[in-house]
Amino acid sequence: MSNYPTPDKATLLEIYRKAATIKLNDERIIKEMKSGRLVTPYYSGRGQEIIPSALAMSLNDDDYLCTIYRGTHDMVAKGFPLDTMWAELAGRVTGSCKGKGGPMHLTHPESGCMVTTGIVGSSMPIAVGLGWAAKLDGKGQVAVATFGDGASNIGAFHESMNMAALFDLPVIFLCQNNLYAEHTSMQKSTKIDRYSKRADAYGMVGVTVNGNDPDEMYGAAKVAIDRARAGEGPTMIEAMTFRFNGHLIGDMCDYMKHGELAEAKQEDPVPALRQRLIDEGIASEDELAGMESGIKEVIEAAVAAAYDADYPDAIELKRDVFAQEIA
Amino acid sequence: MTETTKITMLEAINRALHDAMEADPKVLALGEEVADPEEGGVMGVTKGLSTKFGAERVVSTPISEQAIIGSAIGAAIGGYRPVAEIMLMNFVAVAMDMLTNHAAKLRFMSGGQTAVPMVVRTMTGSGFSTGGQHSDYLEAWFAHTPGMKVVAPSNPTDAYGLLRAAIEDDDPVLFIENIQLYFMPADFTAEKIPLGKARIAREGSDLTIITHSLMVNHAMAVADQMAKDGTEAEVIDLRTISPWDRETVLASVKKTGRALIVHEAVKEFGIGAEIASVINEELFGQLKAPVKRVGGAFCAVPYCKPLESAFAPSADSIGKAALELVA
Ligand SMILES: Cc1ncc(C[n+]2csc(CCOP(=O)(O)OP(=O)(O)O)c2C)c(N)n1
Ligand SMILES: [Mg+2]
Repeated sequence: MSNYPTPDKATLLEIYRKAATIKLNDERIIKEMKSGRLVTPYYSGRGQEIIPSALAMSLNDDDYLCTIYRGTHDMVAKGFPLDTMWAELAGRVTGSCKGKGGPMHLTHPESGCMVTTGIVGSSMPIAVGLGWAAKLDGKGQVAVATFGDGASNIGAFHESMNMAALFDLPVIFLCQNNLYAEHTSMQKSTKIDRYSKRADAYGMVGVTVNGNDPDEMYGAAKVAIDRARAGEGPTMIEAMTFRFNGHLIGDMCDYMKHGELAEAKQEDPVPALRQRLIDEGIASEDELAGMESGIKEVIEAAVAAAYDADYPDAIELKRDVFAQEIA
Repeated sequence: MTETTKITMLEAINRALHDAMEADPKVLALGEEVADPEEGGVMGVTKGLSTKFGAERVVSTPISEQAIIGSAIGAAIGGYRPVAEIMLMNFVAVAMDMLTNHAAKLRFMSGGQTAVPMVVRTMTGSGFSTGGQHSDYLEAWFAHTPGMKVVAPSNPTDAYGLLRAAIEDDDPVLFIENIQLYFMPADFTAEKIPLGKARIAREGSDLTIITHSLMVNHAMAVADQMAKDGTEAEVIDLRTISPWDRETVLASVKKTGRALIVHEAVKEFGIGAEIASVINEELFGQLKAPVKRVGGAFCAVPYCKPLESAFAPSADSIGKAALELVA
């Protein structure tokens, strides 16, 4: 890990901006759900913010992302606009998917958010195809598939890793290992201690990093993305992390080891980075507070505009099934 | 450009692929053994493509049906027009998640932001004693899936024209090829044929036989036989199963007052049930007899010759049903 490139001060500050946006946005969504105003199948990425934030520092808008139901953190980091995201959560016609997709299918090609799937593991085969398209286009784009530890045990993982390696495709397989798949621990899912070991079996570089550490995560992502852009093939990154809100909002997390959740929360990566920025003199408390209140304003505006908009008309049932509207 | 000569359906499909790849550099082909070093497909349908268009555009893949379809989806979203081959129709079962949860739905779930212009070619059909996992007709699964188009040609001209149209179509198309038909030469004209339009294979006034793929041949034989006794059957070759040409079918049944639907797929819950329902809904008062169906027996396709022959509709069983209908 020592020879990884490290983020400079401006990069660290930008990672924080993204991570803070994800955290504040997540908290706002949960507040909305708890108020009863928003009924939605939302899977919180709280605790995993640093992973996509550090990753996104080496990505461009036209790089592709295929993410999963637990993916708003990935998409916010990639640049998904909060207004169309909130409108989609609220099911409004102004949502990015016109209220037809919801949180599990958020899509925004302009920011590279190509596919969000509710099927465990299914982000990977499609990212392989986007990687193939990128390779054919020859413009140095990359495709990122993000998925969970649990998804590393589904067939699509193996087929996709093998094929991407075989064809030297510019794909980054980003496993966000939060140690649980629904209520099942990693130890009850596999005999191995690191999923990245599997990369070797496919002739691909695989690394395990502390995903909550911006230095390590930034470095590993940059190396992988540079490798892909250079035509040197895919990489699997296993980013160790934890999910603070369990599987679903309201999850009591009784299946976890006693004290495990509380302990993880002690190491909340977002306030940790915030403190570091202050300690290293990268930003002052005032500057960060100013940044955060700016983010909150953007979120509040997005929330208000979302509810102000209309639901889609029933005619939408006949649209977008095929390219041509159904008669 | 049109010309008439006799060729087989296998040659016609090969030609359609060549012409489509020639016409549009975004057209790709992928699947198990499709490139020339692997002999251009088990039946040789894709022969010559990789030699002519290169290994970048014509890719032999590992045996990874999920990754084949996933790659096709990703490449399609990324701006290409992939033609994926699934060696035999039964193997689509391995890729159902990619086909029904993703290919068919991404346009709708993204509110029209992402399109999946891909074709999945596959072959099937009983008659070769290949048993329960190598000869099923599964078109109803996909006709029941909004967002997926389903095409099944019965002759070389239609195969060529429909495949060209399918490749140019902006929605995912499942293209079903019958193995017996591959080797039957027939008059050939190289012209694109629009999806969604049935073909009246034979005009008649006494009953309408609605069918597709290999069964068109049996229906034509039955119609010829009946004509000797003065009964004129109209034979409709659906060509596109979904969306099907309701207009042509309803106009014909309105004229004849009698409808017989024939498919090799198992009769129960097959596409005949849907077509029969629509005929009943639209033409109840004008029918001279209840709508009849002939389909495969409700069992796995059996192995031994006598049972396999008894399983699938034949000129005999179709003829018997047709006579009952006009009695
Ligand atoms: C194919 C499939 N099987 C089961 C589920 C139900 N399911 C949803 S999330 C989940 C756990 C996945 O865990 P992991 O891959 O670790 O991702 P995480 O939720 O922890 O981010 C399961 C089993 C599903 N959505 N898809
Ligand atoms: Mg997990």
